[in-house]
Amino acid sequence: MLKRLFEHIGTYIILVGNTLRAPQKMKVFMKDLMREIYDLGVNSFGLVVFTSMFVGAVVAIQMYNNFNASSFPIPNAFVGYATKVVLILEFSPTIISLILAGKVGSYIASSIGTMRVTEQIDALDIMGVNSANYLILPKILACVIFNPLLIALSICVGIIGAYFAGEFTGNWTSAEFISGVQMYMPTLFISYAFIKTLVFAFIIATIPAYFGYNVKGGSLEVGRASTQAVVWTMVFIIISELILTQMLLS
Amino acid sequence: MIEVKDLKKNFDGTEILKGITTTFETGKVNLIIGQSGSGKTVFLKSLLNVYEPTSGTILFDGRDITKMTPLEKQELRAEIGTVFQGSALFDSMTVLDNISFPLDMFTNLTYREKKKRVIEVMGRVHLENASKKYPSEISGGMQKRVAIARAIVNNPKYLFCDEPNSGLDPYTSNIIDDLLLEITKEYNTTTIINSHDMNSVMTIGEKIVYLRLGVKEWEGNKDILITAGNKNLIDFVYSSELFKELREYLLDHNKTSIENIITKPKENEKDF
Repeated sequence: MLKRLFEHIGTYIILVGNTLRAPQKMKVFMKDLMREIYDLGVNSFGLVVFTSMFVGAVVAIQMYNNFNASSFPIPNAFVGYATKVVLILEFSPTIISLILAGKVGSYIASSIGTMRVTEQIDALDIMGVNSANYLILPKILACVIFNPLLIALSICVGIIGAYFAGEFTGNWTSAEFISGVQMYMPTLFISYAFIKTLVFAFIIATIPAYFGYNVKGGSLEVGRASTQAVVWTMVFIIISELILTQMLLS
Repeated sequence: MIEVKDLKKNFDGTEILKGITTTFETGKVNLIIGQSGSGKTVFLKSLLNVYEPTSGTILFDGRDITKMTPLEKQELRAEIGTVFQGSALFDSMTVLDNISFPLDMFTNLTYREKKKRVIEVMGRVHLENASKKYPSEISGGMQKRVAIARAIVNNPKYLFCDEPNSGLDPYTSNIIDDLLLEITKEYNTTTIINSHDMNSVMTIGEKIVYLRLGVKEWEGNKDILITAGNKNLIDFVYSSELFKELREYLLDHNKTSIENIITKPKENEKDF
């Protein structure tokens, strides 16, 4: 069991080592990078906007209910402040990354896995192409470049969702909410959110790529690899979050 | 020329290739034949160094691939064209992009030069009208021809084909065989084909290596195959009634070649 774990870690490190090299042909690489940004990033816009809008509203309503149930009075403006902080610290970077791990992770694992079982990766290797670098590097860069944009979008849309929750329920006024959102918050929170996002983006691209790249068998194994990839990506996101939180916020 | 000396390959302690020594000549179609499980694919993949040989040497015109650095291997592989059993076309690319991929990766040709070369090669394999289609939109025979076009677009010195006729009807198989033979002569490549298609063996086998249980049991050409004395080879080659009858016919009529017996497609029939 332990031996297999170390084997997996070793193979993962070797794969990442082979991936993080200068592209063999920059023109081909840039073309692939643009395609991956579209497939992995732009195609996730709708999901991120939809989820963030509703979760922002839910967080704000829960904050309002908790503040109302408090034994001492808390001004309504703090609903805006608390929602903003929750979205920046936890919801947008972590929960959206977990959602992306499901969507993007399964796409990466299954697309690379299918290429493996149909000998397309062997064809690349035999042609003299560094298949890991050719297939995985554009995906890593696409995630690392685009996920921070998605997270920034998620924070903004979440706050807009929270604002509209107040408008529809009438629990707090828009002036109270806006003044709460404008309250001071340490800039470290922003740095923390985006550092987390970058680490999670790397995990989201590399762990599914590892599972897809090393798949053996047929379509059933590709499906299994895809599921395992999503599960392990989520596990590593959560573990790395704990480590990063301890390192950056404690 | 590719020289193989005492090539062995083990998997988890089991010896799959048991010391194969042979030579594949330039400008000839070299066939590796044998039953399923004889080690043909392992042998082919060991030659390409997809599987690292356990021992032995593989010399590509004097250059030993088993002793090369990863960079040297990468450079050598740019001289190799490969046609896989399942074609292994990149399904996210069109036929045109698939064929031009090696040029994109390994040459500094301009767009115009690349296009000219790709169109030339597509014409060579009779694929002029399929350039904008995706692999999933074309037939198995066309996929094989795209794979051949991709393999030869970069003027390779060595051409490897793993079961190029698998899954194809006999008529299309004939066309693929002819194409491979013509390309070998035209480009003067060292062509190695892994096959168990007896029609291919009898028509294009200029050099034949017969493997059985990881051992090279026989080598020769299609002409002496008819009169070969190796029992296992005879059992394998003449396992079908048709070929048994053919062998008897050839021996009765004192013939050593069946080239004039097999009907080949006419030139105007190739564009199917």
